Amino acid sequence: MLETIGKILFVLIVVMGAFLPMITWVERKQSAVIQDRVGANRADIAGITVLGLLHPLTDVLKLFAKEDFVPEGANRVMHLLAPVIALVPAIITLAVVPFAGVYDFGGEKPFSFVVADVDWGMLYVFAVGSIAAYGTILSGWASNNNWALLGSLRASAQMISYEVTMGLAIVGLFMCFQTLSLQQMSLAQDSTFRLLGFLEHFGLFETLPAWLSWIRVPTWGIFLQPLGFVMFLTCIMAENKRPPFDLPEAESELVAGYHLEYSGMRWGLFYTAEFLEVPVIGCIVTALFLGGWSIPYLDTQTLISGIGGTFGEGFATGLTLVLHVHAFLAKVIFMIWLQMLIRWSLPRFRYDQVMDLCWKIMLPLSLANVFVTGAAILWLKELGA
Amino acid sequence: MNVELVLFYAFAALAVGSALAMVMNVRNTVASAMSLVITMVALAAVYVLMEAHLVAVLQIMVYGGAIVVLFVFVVMLLNLRQDTFPPARQRAAKALGAALVVLAIVKLLSLMPGALPDAVADLPEGFGGYRDVGTALFTRYVLPFESTSLLLLSALVGAVVLAKRRLD
Repeated sequence: MLETIGKILFVLIVVMGAFLPMITWVERKQSAVIQDRVGANRADIAGITVLGLLHPLTDVLKLFAKEDFVPEGANRVMHLLAPVIALVPAIITLAVVPFAGVYDFGGEKPFSFVVADVDWGMLYVFAVGSIAAYGTILSGWASNNNWALLGSLRASAQMISYEVTMGLAIVGLFMCFQTLSLQQMSLAQDSTFRLLGFLEHFGLFETLPAWLSWIRVPTWGIFLQPLGFVMFLTCIMAENKRPPFDLPEAESELVAGYHLEYSGMRWGLFYTAEFLEVPVIGCIVTALFLGGWSIPYLDTQTLISGIGGTFGEGFATGLTLVLHVHAFLAKVIFMIWLQMLIRWSLPRFRYDQVMDLCWKIMLPLSLANVFVTGAAILWLKELGA
Repeated sequence: MNVELVLFYAFAALAVGSALAMVMNVRNTVASAMSLVITMVALAAVYVLMEAHLVAVLQIMVYGGAIVVLFVFVVMLLNLRQDTFPPARQRAAKALGAALVVLAIVKLLSLMPGALPDAVADLPEGFGGYRDVGTALFTRYVLPFESTSLLLLSALVGAVVLAKRRLD
């Protein structure tokens, strides 16, 4: 019980306390760098600006000070509820994200650094994600505004479409790792394989020469399922509704889309949900495709025995845990950077382009990916590899 | 009373209550649809209490997430009001609905032969997980499974044909 509460606190402090305030700053500064500007640097306390790091604070102060307005003819209850429905799924998705591996501290059960280590973790992510659509849909409908309604119609069509492809895009990954649990997948990615090992089966080499055997690649999802990675990242970014997929709020067509009639802190909740999803997406993509908490070429056992030789087993396990948490967060920060780069590099797609991309390109590709992966796995089994 | 029983009654009451709210609410169709979502989620919770984890997650994912979102989508597009249906058709629909409810209740009562057993069955390892359900679906029940997907496919094609004719 205490262990679970500790994990929940850790996750909340890291993601809500550190990532969330920083990410608005990262967005401002990274966009500034991309567009050759200085970026936010004015907010100060007694003349100290600390690189514009105080801007998130002033944002929140401003949002709290603004009037919280419900338009005439709006459905009051749903108008109040919608931002909460949008925000909560983003937070509770973190329950199945493994921030570090499984460690044996000599207790009854080995310590697994994930709040809920369930067997169907990835299905939980999908289920929670599908509920998140209601926040967007209800906000537009409850606002009694045609622009907002159009925005939420677009959002619901977009989110349902990309949910289908998102699920199919990682079926290949499930087949490779034979599990749906994010912790089990991360554990499976904590090793390496010989890149050219398959040459032995073609009769090119009896056994691979030593210098070629040295070329090893981590068994990360991105190396096993490169196409799956690209498609999953595209779909999950489309679910997030940030540019280039921000059709539901396209300001040049729909004024502000589904959150047009929101102001003050309740608009801020939509904003928070959208921003919070960026590190959450980072966490999920890292756990699925970037090896999770694992350090490439240094698996857990090597690490523990390496440090344990001089400092003792217990200390080594603890230090490994800390290193793994840092490796995970470093990968998440990389994914945040990548998402920001995409967001500020690509212009908004047209609506038919977004739908064509989903149904005409990615859906057939993801199905093909499933078949090819299945055939490859069967073939490798035949070869006895 | 143990915790599971308390939770069961809580979620069962929520499911029944929100289902009633869905059919009673005739003024606001979107609110009805949202009541349906609450029913689906409460049912999923009941499935979790029955150790059917996969069915519970699929319930939220497919019914709570995708299908009701489509309902809401259509409702918002059409903006249905009560007076869209002529009163004569409404009366017929209500009579048919009442008859079906009576039939369902009679069926349910005939399925309940007295008191429920007290004992709890021992569940095999991995019961209700995706491995077991998947294996059962693709081995023992593969024919019903595939014919259901064929049925859905034909419904899909039929819907496209009908919609296309109206568009052209």
